[in-house]
Amino acid sequence: MALFKSIVSRLRKGLEKTREVLTSGLGDLLRGRRLDEALIQEIRTKLLQADVGIQTTNRLVEGISADYKSGKLSKGEDVLEYLKREMAALWPSQDRSLRIATSGPTVIMVTGVNGAGKTTSIAKLCSLLRGQGKTVLLAACDTFRAGAVRQLEIWSERLGVDVVKGQQGGDPAAVAFDAASAALARHVDFLIVDTAGRLHTQDPLMRQLTKIRSVLAKKIPGAPHEVLLVLDATAGQNAMRQAVEFSKALGGESPAGVPAPANGKGTPGSESAGGVTGIFLSKLDGTAKGGIVVAIKEATDIPVKFVGVGETPDDVEVFDPESFVEAMFG
Amino acid sequence: MFERLSETFAGVYKKLSGRGSISESNVREAMEDVRTALLEADVNHEVIDTFIQQVVDDSIGRQVTKSLEPGQEIIGIVHRRLVELLGGSAAQAKEAAELTALGVPAPMAVPLAAEPGILSVSPGPTIVMMCGLQGSGKTTTCGKLAAYLKKRGRSVMLAAADLQRPAAVEQLQTVAAQVESDFPGGARVTFYSEPDKVAAYGKAVGVAVGVCQRAVEAARKQGIDTVILDTAGRLHVNDELMGELQSIARLVQPHQRFLVVDAMTGQDAINSAKAFHERLEVDGIILTKFDSDTRGGAALSVKHVTGAPIKFIGVGEKLDAIEEFHAERMAGRILGMGDVVSLVEKAQEQVSQEEAERLQEKLAKGEMTMEDFLGQLKALRRMGPLKHLLGMIPGVGAALKDAQVDDKQLDKIEAMINSMTRKERDKPEIIDNSRRRRIAKGSGTKQEDVSQLVTRFGMLSKITKQMAGMSAASKVKAVKQLGAANAGMGGLPGFGKGSTRTVSVKDRFKKRKK
Repeated sequence: MALFKSIVSRLRKGLEKTREVLTSGLGDLLRGRRLDEALIQEIRTKLLQADVGIQTTNRLVEGISADYKSGKLSKGEDVLEYLKREMAALWPSQDRSLRIATSGPTVIMVTGVNGAGKTTSIAKLCSLLRGQGKTVLLAACDTFRAGAVRQLEIWSERLGVDVVKGQQGGDPAAVAFDAASAALARHVDFLIVDTAGRLHTQDPLMRQLTKIRSVLAKKIPGAPHEVLLVLDATAGQNAMRQAVEFSKALGGESPAGVPAPANGKGTPGSESAGGVTGIFLSKLDGTAKGGIVVAIKEATDIPVKFVGVGETPDDVEVFDPESFVEAMFG
Repeated sequence: MFERLSETFAGVYKKLSGRGSISESNVREAMEDVRTALLEADVNHEVIDTFIQQVVDDSIGRQVTKSLEPGQEIIGIVHRRLVELLGGSAAQAKEAAELTALGVPAPMAVPLAAEPGILSVSPGPTIVMMCGLQGSGKTTTCGKLAAYLKKRGRSVMLAAADLQRPAAVEQLQTVAAQVESDFPGGARVTFYSEPDKVAAYGKAVGVAVGVCQRAVEAARKQGIDTVILDTAGRLHVNDELMGELQSIARLVQPHQRFLVVDAMTGQDAINSAKAFHERLEVDGIILTKFDSDTRGGAALSVKHVTGAPIKFIGVGEKLDAIEEFHAERMAGRILGMGDVVSLVEKAQEQVSQEEAERLQEKLAKGEMTMEDFLGQLKALRRMGPLKHLLGMIPGVGAALKDAQVDDKQLDKIEAMINSMTRKERDKPEIIDNSRRRRIAKGSGTKQEDVSQLVTRFGMLSKITKQMAGMSAASKVKAVKQLGAANAGMGGLPGFGKGSTRTVSVKDRFKKRKK
């Protein structure tokens, strides 16, 4: 994570802003209270409210309940610590770093449903990487939505990077091909590929993603090294379907030239192998907690890598499970 | 959407109807299953608590435990409460209950809602203000509403008041042009923006207020019927931007204030809707992205906290993919009772009354050809994905939950018919070995597929011919037989929609409305 050290202090500031917003967190509920059955029920409700989902909530609450009965947890603060430990174990740190190509440009493909915040999130990633002195090229593969290319262009002008674009209504795979060629020719460090928002229920559009992916892979061996799914923090249980379906459409050989995630958890048959490699959790600066990512990690092993916490390109943070628990609970 | 919910209610019904008598605790127990299903459907937990309490109270009040058919009765109560929660008025819910009590099946018992759509004020222009979180789908919905009004002969001005998101103005402009070109006829759709104000995207809060005022003024001068203000997406906790919305509302005095909500939203829907409502007194809700597989519980939550009616649902990428929302139909769909009225409406969009009658006649005489069949198949497919359509048929929803309804089967059938000559389509019985080989080759299918299609088509013609003179009850029986014969031929269940039988359901509704 040395890559992101320089921005840590600014992230802290962003986090505080996030915390201020979360007024009715669990922290208030837990601090200074003795743990009992009634409080456990309140914790359960809070988890459900955070969109953690009923299965995962039940599992977490059962764990708390068991430890409470065996005397391991007795205060509200203990529960907070317990949940932090659980989340930290769920998201080992190596899971959260960006996958980097061993040589040549690293290709990041950005996907998601309509309105998840893909283009804004790309501006944030771009700003993050530019802050590290990396060279970045953008590919405007959302040729479908009116104004999408222009939106990315405006960001690129503001951030001082180039963007490869095609015609409105043109073939996004062709744009991806051109962008990959340009990335190689210009020796950029990163190529970030924007794609059109699509609902995971629309087969033809999902197949288009598969095509973009294979075009990238053909041009640059091992690409895309990172496939990010932008997930709106306000999303409910349907986000699980999004993660599964996008992963399926983007499935493929594990990228060559990229070390497999070092956590050793690469579960056989897991959806994440080669599919979506990480989540960018957007719009976390509202009151939504994005708890569904816990359930997604459990079911598909897809980690959260970044969180978006505001409107400007600087409002991005590297995901941190402990802060996530803090934000969710206090 | 709502599939799991339908399934749960079907389970509850089964559980309770299998018993001679039930206790209050049976009711509560059944409601726990409902609670879980509602949570999984993203309904806010506070809303669920209220809902369940109402159902339990009603059940006890109506002495369900002494009823001969407790299952039926409870489903009736749940249905009524759902209609109420989704937006039907209390009076409608009461009428529905009375009709159900008289033995009318629930989906038929529900009266049609008050006239939906967008009100029109005179003198114009009618001012519609759109608001919502980022990415909820405001701009796309603006285009859909414009198309909706244009088709109804109302001229529209789309005003670009989103000066926060880069290129939002360009997006609306493109959308406006698209509506004009995609839906010729009807009234005009125009676009209003102030190019000099867009230079500083996201940098100035409040500029949009003036843009809205001048847009309305321009619309008034041009005699435009409705002006739709596309405001920027904003977080409900952003005080500055929420204040901007309030200023617009105060100075422009919109007649309709629509909150646009993503149907995939989770528990937080209640917080954002509450905040928007407190600031703006939202008077209509539009749910977007309903074509995803979301269970859409946000609909119930948002309705609950704002009390504003759900006006429209967005159901696809295309600009005409918007439907008026009907609480009673939706409640029926949730309960697995189907949505026959929507299905009939969809069918009527595709098949004209005369066309249906002509076909009916042909069917009666046993003269239907493969050509007619292909036409029907195409019309059916224009109505949407098969699974979506089947879900609207009463009783089918829950049974479909895991069924892989494969539209590709239909591709295959279409391909085979397309590979037939005109003669073969008129008289499929002439298809011999060599013709079969050619058709299979031409359509990329197997010869067995071709013979199967021909055999089943023959069977279908025979049965429909017989059915023409039958009573409704024997028709159902015949269709069931056909269903057995049909196993594996994905395409046929919806065949013949738009014929007189379904149309008469619609007529019944119309009559009652009068």
